[in-house]
Amino acid sequence: MTIRHHLPARLIRAYAAGSLPKSFATVVAAHISLCDECRAQLAAEEFAAGAVLDSLPPLYEPGDERLREALLARLDGAPHLPDEAPPAPMGIFPGPVVQALGGRPPRWRRLGGGIRQEILARDARGSVRLLHIPPGTAVPEHSHSGLELTLVLAGSFGDATGHYGAGDVEVADEGLAHAPVAGPGAPCICLAATDAPLRFRPLIPRLLQPLMRI
Amino acid sequence: MPSGDEPHAGLDEQTRWLLAVRDRRDRQAFARLFDFYGPRLRAMLARLGCTGAAVDDVIQDALLRVWQKAGQFDPAQASASAWIFRIARNRYIDIVRRDTRPMPDALAVEPPPEPDPGEVLALQAEGARLRAALAELPKEQRRMVEMAYLGELSHREIAEETGLPLGTVKSRIRLALERLRYHLKEHKPP
Repeated sequence: MTIRHHLPARLIRAYAAGSLPKSFATVVAAHISLCDECRAQLAAEEFAAGAVLDSLPPLYEPGDERLREALLARLDGAPHLPDEAPPAPMGIFPGPVVQALGGRPPRWRRLGGGIRQEILARDARGSVRLLHIPPGTAVPEHSHSGLELTLVLAGSFGDATGHYGAGDVEVADEGLAHAPVAGPGAPCICLAATDAPLRFRPLIPRLLQPLMRI
Repeated sequence: MPSGDEPHAGLDEQTRWLLAVRDRRDRQAFARLFDFYGPRLRAMLARLGCTGAAVDDVIQDALLRVWQKAGQFDPAQASASAWIFRIARNRYIDIVRRDTRPMPDALAVEPPPEPDPGEVLALQAEGARLRAALAELPKEQRRMVEMAYLGELSHREIAEETGLPLGTVKSRIRLALERLRYHLKEHKPP
């Protein structure tokens, strides 16, 4: 897999710091699962975070010693904590996506125009979904009032900003208006996260938007 | 103190303690890790507005995990502080936010290969230089770096790229990145 479109350092840093909404963190973790360059970048950001932690002025409490003794006393008897690693990848879906799917294959729902989706999670801070776009199909032109991250898992798509193949991630900032078109040959399956509703330009998708919940 | 430090010469104290826990289940070294990181984790949590019983829960849970998972620590891939930071960050999200942070797939190398001592020392040296660069930052810039790494930035501030580490700090992180990138390439499973 040759990855040409990576995550910007600021998003990897925010992921390391734990400040990304879960929708974006899912896309970041999925991309890093596929991309050694961004995996190294994450290790470097965590390295820096560790140096910041080391150099923080410590905050001592009178109960520190009691806390330490209590922990030392239960080191051997404590139940074994589970690993934090995600479940194993399934086909084109890296572990973080399998986790968001709950370990089962996607349950696609029709969106119109041959496009299908499954919303994996949504809350007040954003949503993350899988999209299945038939070859050559265009997603209606839209712009963003926030940030949209799109990770290609299979097939490809292109828009005015470039061509995105498997493993590539597109970062669409506020203001970018684009109309992505799936590449020829195979359907484009991607993982997309947004923090605000998209703004569609053509009238019909705008009317459908409440139904599509994009 | 871990004795017979010869094989770990040149490593910072925290990394030596963690290796003593990993290799010898050394409880005294673990107590030192607790004494060092407990109050620093509390300082980090205070920045996030986290106080009260939850703080003790995060610290205890994180350090217990350090004890149980020390076998996974590879000093060529992470400093002790980076490794403990990641654990504590996830414990905070789990306990305080009652959520889980999605984690990337692990690399398929288990157990990690015995690291090249040269690589370990090189990463350690970068850590020392990074801490020195942090210490020299003007107060306001240091505050921005802390906000970026300790999870204090709002979504808006992330989008606007506030809190970017500046100057020497940024170049030190880039040098660490080169080391880590090289290590990943060398140890990538076929």
